[in-house]
Amino acid sequence: MDRNRLHNQVASMRRSLFDQGYLDDQFIQLEELQDDTNPNFVQEVVTLFYNDSTRLIQNIEQALNSRPIDFCKLDDYMHQFKGSSSSIGAKKVTNECTAFREYCNAENAEGCIRSFQQVKQEHAILKRKLEVYLQTVTSFSNSMSCMETILSYIAYTIISSSLYIENMDKYGKLFGTTPQTELGVDKCLTTL
Amino acid sequence: MNSSSGKSYMSTASSSVIWKAGGDVVADQFPAGLRVLVVDDDPTCLMILEKMLKACQYNVTKCNRAETALSMLRENRNGFDIVISDVHMPDMDGFKLLEHIGLEMDLPVIMMSADDGKNVVMKGVTHGACDYLIKPVRIEALKNIWQHVVRKRKNEWKDFEQSGSVEEGDRQPKQSEDADYSSSANEGNWKSSKRRKDDEDENDERDDTSTLKKPRVVWSVELHQQFVAAVNQLGIEKAVPKKILELMNVPGLARENVASHLQKYRLYLRRLSGVSQHPSNLNNSFMNPQDATFGPLDLQALAATGQLPAQSLATLQAAGLGRSTAKSGIPMPLVDQRNIFSFENPKLRFGEAQQHVNNNKQMNLLHGIPTTMEPKQLAGLHHTAQSMGNMNMPVLSHGSQSSQNNPLLMQMAQPQARGQMLNDSTVGLAPRLLSPMGQPMLSNGMATNVSTRNGVPENIRAPSYNPVSQTSSMLNFPMNHTSELPGNSFPLVSTPGISSLAPKVAFQEDVNSEIKGSVGFMPSYDIFNDLTQHKPQNWELQNVGMMFNTSQHSNSLRGNLDHTQSVLVQQGFSTGQNRNSTVISKAMFSAGDSTGHVNAQNGNQHLNSLFVDNTVRVKSERVADAAPANLYPDHFGREDLMSALLKQQDVIAPAENNDFDFDGYSIDNIPV
Repeated sequence: MDRNRLHNQVASMRRSLFDQGYLDDQFIQLEELQDDTNPNFVQEVVTLFYNDSTRLIQNIEQALNSRPIDFCKLDDYMHQFKGSSSSIGAKKVTNECTAFREYCNAENAEGCIRSFQQVKQEHAILKRKLEVYLQTVTSFSNSMSCMETILSYIAYTIISSSLYIENMDKYGKLFGTTPQTELGVDKCLTTL
Repeated sequence: MNSSSGKSYMSTASSSVIWKAGGDVVADQFPAGLRVLVVDDDPTCLMILEKMLKACQYNVTKCNRAETALSMLRENRNGFDIVISDVHMPDMDGFKLLEHIGLEMDLPVIMMSADDGKNVVMKGVTHGACDYLIKPVRIEALKNIWQHVVRKRKNEWKDFEQSGSVEEGDRQPKQSEDADYSSSANEGNWKSSKRRKDDEDENDERDDTSTLKKPRVVWSVELHQQFVAAVNQLGIEKAVPKKILELMNVPGLARENVASHLQKYRLYLRRLSGVSQHPSNLNNSFMNPQDATFGPLDLQALAATGQLPAQSLATLQAAGLGRSTAKSGIPMPLVDQRNIFSFENPKLRFGEAQQHVNNNKQMNLLHGIPTTMEPKQLAGLHHTAQSMGNMNMPVLSHGSQSSQNNPLLMQMAQPQARGQMLNDSTVGLAPRLLSPMGQPMLSNGMATNVSTRNGVPENIRAPSYNPVSQTSSMLNFPMNHTSELPGNSFPLVSTPGISSLAPKVAFQEDVNSEIKGSVGFMPSYDIFNDLTQHKPQNWELQNVGMMFNTSQHSNSLRGNLDHTQSVLVQQGFSTGQNRNSTVISKAMFSAGDSTGHVNAQNGNQHLNSLFVDNTVRVKSERVADAAPANLYPDHFGREDLMSALLKQQDVIAPAENNDFDFDGYSIDNIPV
């Protein structure tokens, strides 16, 4: 079934994210925090992270472009960025941040710029992957409720139709149906 | 904010029982509902933390700016139980926030950072953080933060208890006390602690009825600013509570409130200046024979402990002096434990309650010294302690105690603060303290410490072993003196320099514990006279010490305190008759270092080698005893109890009790 396919998809995507080192244990902590009271917690946190980190990235870009480079400020920004990314379990991003901070401490401008490119790259890759993953998760959980909706609709239709058939003569008088019409209705019901 | 949940805890009625059982919080709901304030500028982290804390069933308030957090805390002092703060924040440094909270509200604070460098963690500890978490924070780390709340409450409660139990001890039969004394000082201490627990209930009730209730003073920002302005105007070294009080001109503010706050403030300043210095350096500078095993924490802790004992000594003495001899029956065991706490509650000592407490405390101070010592004796002891090294005997014999009770009382309280401070300073920051405080002050303080120590061992010994009579089998040399000791101590009281005595008292405690073995203090009345001269100076030092003490919130300091005390004692004795303040100071420092070291190892041997006397030993023992005690006079978990007991200047925010609505602490439950 589609649902099973979706389920498998979700599981394999998740596995690869962990295996390839994009996510670490902290992400599992987030998943565990998600529950019925907060069913979209992970999605919310990831969204929040990406909004906030975009701002930070802009600040870092600005600081890198200014001359002379203020390494102190850079370090501050990156420290913050690292804290955020480690909180959601973005392993590769966090590692790149650590490398950046080393260049920053050494006041190596070239190294900082290069390293920052890496940070941005990992940040973007993870963003895409997480988007796809979370979308799949959402559709999977939606698919579950979709089936239920369809089934309940079918049940409703059957019940209402049977009621109609039972009271056919009454309805017939109301609508002025002829026996042919009644037959037609019967046919409709049977096809259902 | 969690008043409802707090009340639910209260009603659980298990807290008091639990408390009695040894402070274990067994309340069903605890720690659920713990009121946590989270401060972090990173919204992602903030959200995750909030979710995690909610999953732990805590009541979470989040805030992304330190200023907002501070104002929230100030508005609602009892609204939170614990604060979690990030280190790097744009508007205010996390450590600064930590200090503010510690100074104003005395809540446990946990620091957080993605930075796990040793320096940063060390900084957190020295600023008084009770824990440091590395980001990313896991939920398991947050599950146990309630332990910091319990620990703090327990420490405050202990202090409270000590004062309360001291009173209780008076009523208790002496036999039990004697039995306690028969064992080693340490044992006695442990027993007294147990007894203390039993006495809790009684004490609570008694405290309520016997002690005057003083409203707690809340040190609001404006008030604190006024205070700081007054201090700056007077000059940090010359700032004495009385003058500060006059300058501040705030109606309803008592000198005791100012004194305790001054103590805290001084500690805070010292930490500010001391943080820059490498703590290990301090240790090395002081440690002569001993290796610098003390970490910076040790020093601070020692300092804190030193301060506390001094305070408690002062209070005890004051109490002792003010009181009639009726209090002499305080069981020693209680006293021993109390000592630690009594130091911490200098404020508590004023007033009738104070006297009670003081008496008890004094007892405590004298580890193993029978609490039966009359207040006078205690006072005398203090005085003798002050006399450098030998005055005990002769001094004691001069006993016009009653007349001096009152002055002593007041002085005691203050000197204690000082004494503690001195301890602190001597321990680790001594060199630093000297500079800011002024050399003479420090040395004086030291001197007083020394003297107290000298005096104390002798005096104390006698009482510890014989609650009633001063004959102490323990004291070797003082055998003959023992009977005299109580009396001797009092004469000291009469000396005008009571204030200086107070700090000595603190040391006495340390000494007392050692007293058992100590021998060979030749009482010299001359010294005593000399000491009195030094007293005024010592007072200042003591205050400083007190300041540091009070500001030391971290538990880690406790261990250090012990060292501090021991250091001081050693100093005192080593210098013995040497009234030379500088010499004494040095001795103190070295003693402190060695003592601390010794204490850590429980090494009386070291001490003995260093010093002739038992005082050294006393110190170690004392330190051991003191270690468990939380020596933060200002931070009483249960304000109600505290205020009931001591009604004195309540530097501590009155809301403290309210903050903790958990049954486990049951302080609120205790009828006050």
